[in-house]
Amino acid sequence: MTEFDWTAVTNNLPFLMQGLFLTFQLTILAMVGGILLGTVLAILRLSAPAPVPQLIAGYVNGLRAMPLILVIFWFYLLVPLALGRPVGAFPSALIAFTLFEAAYYSEIIRAGIQGVARGQLQAALASGLSYAQAMRYIVLPQAFRAMLPILLTQSIILFQDTSLVYVVGLRDFLTAANIVASRDQRPVEMYLFIAAVYLVLCAGGSFAVRRLQRRLAR
Amino acid sequence: MNYNWNWGILFREPYLGFLITGVITTIQLALIAWVVAFVLGSVLGVMRTLPSRIASSIAAVYVEVFRGIPLLVWFFLWFFVVPELLPREWGRWLKRDLPDPEFWTAVVALGLYTACRVAEQVRAGIQAIPRGQTMAGQAGGLSQAQIYRYILLPLAYRRIVPVLTSEFMTIFKNSSLALTIGVLELTAQARQIESFTFQGFEAFTAATVLYLVITLTVTVIMRQVEARTRIPGLLGQKGG
Repeated sequence: MTEFDWTAVTNNLPFLMQGLFLTFQLTILAMVGGILLGTVLAILRLSAPAPVPQLIAGYVNGLRAMPLILVIFWFYLLVPLALGRPVGAFPSALIAFTLFEAAYYSEIIRAGIQGVARGQLQAALASGLSYAQAMRYIVLPQAFRAMLPILLTQSIILFQDTSLVYVVGLRDFLTAANIVASRDQRPVEMYLFIAAVYLVLCAGGSFAVRRLQRRLAR
Repeated sequence: MNYNWNWGILFREPYLGFLITGVITTIQLALIAWVVAFVLGSVLGVMRTLPSRIASSIAAVYVEVFRGIPLLVWFFLWFFVVPELLPREWGRWLKRDLPDPEFWTAVVALGLYTACRVAEQVRAGIQAIPRGQTMAGQAGGLSQAQIYRYILLPLAYRRIVPVLTSEFMTIFKNSSLALTIGVLELTAQARQIESFTFQGFEAFTAATVLYLVITLTVTVIMRQVEARTRIPGLLGQKGG
């Protein structure tokens, strides 16, 4: 057993907080992008003409069969090649997470849309709304309300998954801790500290989601 | 976009060997970790449904703690932190004498993490069974252990086969995180080929195709299992 020495944590708190900030930034941007793209994918899959739903199903199932780490490596390789110039790890990671999470969000949103009673859409169309209007004003608001807890739970998973940017050296919370741990030779305190922070944030988040779920159910 | 294609690299030694050992390691890691996850997850899932307050809170805390910390952090905790916190001899054994310590650490990290997800499914499966089944068992004079063994668990497992299928696939994908502690599984081997040859496209394509093949194989096998274990007469099941 080694003696604990928490000064490595306290001395490097600003550096660690920068990492945590990047983790939040990546989570929120990928969440917004993923939900927007996921909504578009879900609507197209449910209502577009023939080859489109099949293509989207291929995209969604293909990404869901791949490990996230491999997707991150792919985009780390592809984005600079596609743009013809080097970009930082952040843009390629953001694109990877947005496209990857969109596959998962779109499945949640598709189920949410399918959960809205058929009569709602029929009534909207019968009263003269276009399909887009019916989606925008009638179906989606009801669907989102019902699936909000699942979307938020998926976002907590996304928050945890962003730690994988470690593999491309992007300085998120975990990578920052890793840098300090190997420089100051205090891996025990460092990893216990970030595990505790993750646990508090995620357990707090899922507690809030459960409360929200109960309120929505009433 | 200038890129020199060279698909032949994938079929040349040593790179072909890299991919083959990578696939084997991924499958070994996932299967052994799955056994750990399934056994421990079942025990925890049952504990959560027991009348004993202590048993169910232990299981609840386990699930909350394991779910609240990212899997990658768990890998680092098991690999860097736990050997330091154990008595000195144990830590030395883990780091020096245990053959292939990275692989077995990955099995523990992946297995214990997945156990919390299996536990939630088993709990949900047991709780979805109508109360009458348990009461009938009690009225027939079965002990609590017998009720679980002969009534609740067989029904619960058959109900949750579809969700366990998706957990089973997830464990193959999650095994890729083992590369961060130095296990040379499929993704690690693909990256190794990339850094040796600069043929990233070919290497990652090979890995992607191999993961798709693994996923497809699991899907086909689990379809068979699902068809055989289906409980007749439940909603949401074709045929039935």
